[in-house]
Amino acid sequence: MSTTPLTGNTNNAPQSSVSDEKIHGGTLQADHFFYDNKIVKMFAYATMFWGIVGMLAGLLAAFQLVFPVLNMNTAATTFGRVRPVHTNAVIFAFVGNGIFMGVYYSLQRLCKARMFNDRLSRFHFWGWQSIIVLGAITLLAGYTTGKEYAELEWPIDILIAIVWVAFGWNMFGTILKRRERHLYVAIWFYIATFVTVAMLHIVNSVELPFTWLKSYSWYAGVQDALVQWWYGHNAVAFFLTTPYLGLMYYFLPKAAGRPVYSYRLSIIHFWALIFLYIWAGPHHLLYTALPDWAQSLGTVFSIMLIAPSWGGMLNGLMTLRGAWDKVREDPVLKFLVVAVTAYGMATFEGPMLSLKNVNAISHFTDWTIAHVHVGALGWNGFLTFGVIYWLIPRLFNTKLYSIKLANWHFWIGTLGIVFYTIPMYWAGFMQSLAWKEFTPEGTLKYQFLETVTQMRPFYMMRGIGGTFFLIGALIMIYNVWKTIKAGSPVEDEAASAVPLTKTYEVHSKEHWHRWIERRPVQLLIGSLVVVAIGGLIEIIPTFLVKSNIPTIASVKPYTPLELQGRDIYVREGCYTCHSQMIRPFRSEVARYGEYSKAGEFVYDHPFQWGSKRTGPDLARVGGKYPDSWHFNHMYKPSNTSPGSIMPQYTWLFDDDLDTAVTAAKIRAMQTLGVPYPAGYDVRANADLMKQAKTIKDNLYDSPEKINIPENKEIIAVIAYLQRLGKDIKLEQKTAAQ
Amino acid sequence: MKFIHYLESIAGVGIYPLASLLIFFLFFTALTVWVLRADKKYIRALKQIPFPEKDHTQL
Repeated sequence: MSTTPLTGNTNNAPQSSVSDEKIHGGTLQADHFFYDNKIVKMFAYATMFWGIVGMLAGLLAAFQLVFPVLNMNTAATTFGRVRPVHTNAVIFAFVGNGIFMGVYYSLQRLCKARMFNDRLSRFHFWGWQSIIVLGAITLLAGYTTGKEYAELEWPIDILIAIVWVAFGWNMFGTILKRRERHLYVAIWFYIATFVTVAMLHIVNSVELPFTWLKSYSWYAGVQDALVQWWYGHNAVAFFLTTPYLGLMYYFLPKAAGRPVYSYRLSIIHFWALIFLYIWAGPHHLLYTALPDWAQSLGTVFSIMLIAPSWGGMLNGLMTLRGAWDKVREDPVLKFLVVAVTAYGMATFEGPMLSLKNVNAISHFTDWTIAHVHVGALGWNGFLTFGVIYWLIPRLFNTKLYSIKLANWHFWIGTLGIVFYTIPMYWAGFMQSLAWKEFTPEGTLKYQFLETVTQMRPFYMMRGIGGTFFLIGALIMIYNVWKTIKAGSPVEDEAASAVPLTKTYEVHSKEHWHRWIERRPVQLLIGSLVVVAIGGLIEIIPTFLVKSNIPTIASVKPYTPLELQGRDIYVREGCYTCHSQMIRPFRSEVARYGEYSKAGEFVYDHPFQWGSKRTGPDLARVGGKYPDSWHFNHMYKPSNTSPGSIMPQYTWLFDDDLDTAVTAAKIRAMQTLGVPYPAGYDVRANADLMKQAKTIKDNLYDSPEKINIPENKEIIAVIAYLQRLGKDIKLEQKTAAQ
Repeated sequence: MKFIHYLESIAGVGIYPLASLLIFFLFFTALTVWVLRADKKYIRALKQIPFPEKDHTQL
């Protein structure tokens, strides 16, 4: 392989290689075969296409926070639905296809074998693209589980499981028919990715369908939160990190033309990383109603994670020792170096954010948004771009059309990251301090809304940073297009290698780790055991122990109307901006009321604690305002809250509540253990209408004399909002009496 | 909300953290020992796997 970057190799010439079989066995004939480049090309195109889609959705969401009019007063284009489309598109469509692009290219070469089955490859490709399209459509249509980064509903969850298994099957088939005895470290990362994502997806997606597109999470409240963030955190670990580390271990040495700095370090950091990561999930739930021990466990393991994460970063950067002059000239290396540096920054910041004292400031603010974008734009984005610039000329047997344009992309992209993250760090810090500030008289200094309107210039700057990043990506697509036009595709790249002998000749100093290196199936089982231990320890105690979640006698199941309203709350993605979790801080108790207790959420399928407060916490909004306030606020938020950036929800005033599914919802909840009386499903709608009538009458009795039919969706939403946090308030009232 | 409170409620649950810590500790120690003692030539050959055109297979 040429060590001159951006130059296509002579793809059609079979690569000769000498294997240990030749050395030890003597006479084996080399196999001639072809690498499947077409599937790599397909995934590369999908990566670029979905990258643009995901970034555009992100830009729309970003500017909606500055100009609420961009919500377009339509359900599908409202922030609460666009934001999940953005996150899912970037994670599963852009990075997902990027993973497969890199894995399908490198795995074939590292195994010296064509992919196991071409049909399986195609099935994987088209299956994944269908999931993305279905995901985008259903999310925009309001079908969501309401669990961040796992929003897709149950039929798509099943499809994901099937396609993921196809990917694993194809990967293991290839590994089993390999012509290279030893599994290079990149493949270990791929295997760990496959195993762990499968486990996370299945455990977190246990849900009970009640219509063909809607389901309730099997878990409730604290358990749901724990499982969700165990999933959410490890989706970052095993979807955005381990596969990309695998890609780094292949493409960085290839682009630099020299082997990885320390192979020993790669072994140690691989095992440490997959073991430690799985325990760190609860750091997303610090100061919440989650048991304290689980919070502490999350923090301890997060701090320990610095070691293996930085092991990986240093290994990547040190690979370039003595070759830094190349970084000056080669855009591929520039992208890779910034990617690895961003990885190092994000993985240092992550553990810092998991310290409780730092988290008290950062959580629920834009600081988290800045943190994840250092990872998403820097680590995932730039590594993907670097790999694309390296791959495309090789897939088309030509040179990159313009190094100058690639350099432009690099600089505009880097500036984009800087312009994105700095305002967000600033905004997060500023807003958090404003939330916590008291006057000398001991009252809160700022209204929540004041702290939001102060954010708008920062949101604007963030949008500009994002635009820069997108322009960079468009420049890349132009460059790639011109490169493709100049070259000719090498869809099947000829190669040759000596097959493996059946028996392996054991060397004198055989060690056990060599044994596992040669055995992919055992490695799969080993990594599953390692990650399962962490997962089980975290989850088993909360699952089995009733007393873990102290029950509060006054906490009652939602009424049918409230349940319907809650489902609309989930549908509209209210959790993307509103938390329902009051942390035990003086500032939060003063602003929102009594801090949240684990026992308050026992009937919440799914939990709706949220992770970001673009709007105020709603855990105890019930009874805070009259029904008519909610009515006016939802119709046009600026009516009641001048300067609000919340979208209008006018369709809730036109659309009728779907009472045909009430019975199915009640039955599903009963199955999940919510204590509605037997046979309540058939009586539920009568209660629902009664409560709706009361709210309708309340609205009519308000000074504005609001007149709206009781069967509109807004009535259910008002019922739900007015219920929030009331159980404990009732208890206090009773105690006072 | 003490750690031990929740664990005590499950019969024999104390074995979980101990077992996992032990497994990890033993595995990791053995791994580190192996990595440090591994044959240099072998490690060098593994590093070269992404470069098939070079003769890396002196395993």
